[in-house]
Amino acid sequence: MSFDFDRLVVDDVSRHFGRRKALNRVSLSCTAGEIVGLLGPNGAGKSTLLSILSTLVAPSTGQVRYGDRTAQQAGPALRARLGLLGHDLYLYPELTARENLQFFARLFGLPQASNLVDDALTHANLADRADDVVSGFSRGMRQRLALERALLHQPRLLLLDEPFTGLDDGSGQALVARLKGLRDRGCIVIVATHDLDLAEGLLDRLAVLRDGRLLPVAASSASLRDRYRDTIQAAAAGASTCRGRHGQGGAS
Amino acid sequence: MTRFLTPLAFLLMVLFAAAPVVVAYTPFEQTMGLVQKIFYFHVPSAMMMFISAFVCGIASAVFLFRKSAQADRLALAAGELVVTFGLIVMTTGPLWGRKAWGVWWQWDAKLTSALLLWMIFIAYLLVRRFGGPGAEKLGAAMAIFGMANVPFVYVASMYWRTLHPAPTVVPSLQPGMRGAFWFCVASFAMLYVLLLTLRRRIEDQQASVEELYLALED
Amino acid sequence: MTDFLRVAWIVMRKDLTVEMRSREIVYTTVFFAASCVLVFAFALVREGRPLEDAAAGILWIAIAFAGTLGLGRTFERERHTETLRALMLAPSDRPAIYVGKLLGMLALLAVVEAVLVPLVGIMFHASFLASPLLMLALLVTGTIGFASVGTLFAAMLVRARSRDVLLPVLLYPITIPVIIAGVRGTAALLQATPDEPMARFWVSLLVFFDVVFVTLSLWTFEPLMTES
Repeated sequence: MSFDFDRLVVDDVSRHFGRRKALNRVSLSCTAGEIVGLLGPNGAGKSTLLSILSTLVAPSTGQVRYGDRTAQQAGPALRARLGLLGHDLYLYPELTARENLQFFARLFGLPQASNLVDDALTHANLADRADDVVSGFSRGMRQRLALERALLHQPRLLLLDEPFTGLDDGSGQALVARLKGLRDRGCIVIVATHDLDLAEGLLDRLAVLRDGRLLPVAASSASLRDRYRDTIQAAAAGASTCRGRHGQGGAS
Repeated sequence: MTRFLTPLAFLLMVLFAAAPVVVAYTPFEQTMGLVQKIFYFHVPSAMMMFISAFVCGIASAVFLFRKSAQADRLALAAGELVVTFGLIVMTTGPLWGRKAWGVWWQWDAKLTSALLLWMIFIAYLLVRRFGGPGAEKLGAAMAIFGMANVPFVYVASMYWRTLHPAPTVVPSLQPGMRGAFWFCVASFAMLYVLLLTLRRRIEDQQASVEELYLALED
Repeated sequence: MTDFLRVAWIVMRKDLTVEMRSREIVYTTVFFAASCVLVFAFALVREGRPLEDAAAGILWIAIAFAGTLGLGRTFERERHTETLRALMLAPSDRPAIYVGKLLGMLALLAVVEAVLVPLVGIMFHASFLASPLLMLALLVTGTIGFASVGTLFAAMLVRARSRDVLLPVLLYPITIPVIIAGVRGTAALLQATPDEPMARFWVSLLVFFDVVFVTLSLWTFEPLMTES
């Protein structure tokens, strides 16, 4: 009953909440062994897109295909291949690091849970703090633990929402290295982030969202920061021209 | 459906104009006299209240499992009508009871079930109004659970005091009254259909406006 | 099926472990229940002494109030860490999570009732031990009825606005049959000669209620917890 895929296709996905369009006809496709960056200003729809990709929210129109199946067709087995690291780290502060990992390992029905947990603790550099309660951890430590939790079941698609927030330089670099390692092993990694410096060396591809729409990315070979800025500016210029036309009372 | 609205409304006006005359000509009930005539409005209202509760519950289930926004709009209209007709029931009932039995309220099975159903659907409207985004689903759960609750409440209130079913308060119909009674039931049923359709239409039009707003952003 | 039960068991164990670390919810809920009983003892007074016939009613009201408080607190904790989302991401049948949460709530309520029943018995001179098996049956079936609807509602309200007040607003009307059955059944057993057939009738009503509402909750849990 296991399920796997090597391609993710977002097909004309829109999502609205009442009158607000959080995502507007977004289309995107990724293959195994890619790190895609999801950039954009606050409120652009990055978190919404990640929620949809993780099957927690359904699109209002359009579909998401994992391989050739939608979430509905693939059923619960799909979730065994998805990993999500959200803003809130989904850790139980009252439990120890080891207990947190053990709980999720058992919940996911992973065999040889204790070995997996030990490996994960080593990866996260928390082996010496394994039996300390998570509420005493720093943000960086929790982030590392949360990442390991998301990776326990070796997902095919890893979704990360602002993973670099609150990390110091060393931890940030370590995370970049880890993600690259996962990419090399065939993971599809989608990272929503504001941290353009760290993302610089990390991303294979770029997707820029603004007001729920995917913008055409400026194709310059300059730094990520410049490309992003150019993309946003091009979109803003296009939008103001449109507004100018409407303002003159012309029907569109 | 909508092209029947105008003739339906007209017919309804005629029926309601005729109703007082019809009711006035019915025979007087032996024990309660004139007051008993409130029953011609009270019972049909109660029937519509219960029917609306089932409409709301079923529409909510369709909304929850088939994700049909149309069903949700129908459920909202039906939910409001439960509360509206319930209001009629809960005001006419005590008025009748005070005159007929000397007390404003009695805890027999029918009254208790009606009161509880009314409260459940008031809660339904409250959660839809104050639940924030996604409140439609919360309301749907309330309506489904509320509808499933009706038989339990009825049985529980029937056996509340003793193991023997408590005698029902509503007396049975004398022959002369039947015509007038069913006339009123028919009128209320048509009124219900009219109100439900109108209210649902308002919601449908609201939804169309929302869709236009969304399309405008493209 | 075993996978379903396994997941429910794991979720329940995790809830109990988390609770046992601080025991915050257990202590505060039990104390709150006891305070409720005291308030009623002082409020319902006849000839300067607490109304003894009110024992059955007071017991079940205290269970309902304490249960609502416990539900709110338990799910508030989940909301704070958004861990309910993490549970929904597991590749298991989602209703199994509901069952796990329900079992955790039942454990909490069992502790509360273990304190409440003797307390009410002592304060109101009520002989709960007269027919212990039937009394236990009433408590078990009634608590399951209350907790099954409560767990579902509390879970679905986790992301709603005004959730603190909406939980009792939604829960109490639906669980009125449970209260009626619990109170009448308990009162029947507290009479000078316990009315066992009556109590058995109420237990069977509660069993029906439990079956219907647990089934409904299992059915509606997934559509209610996912946004579509």
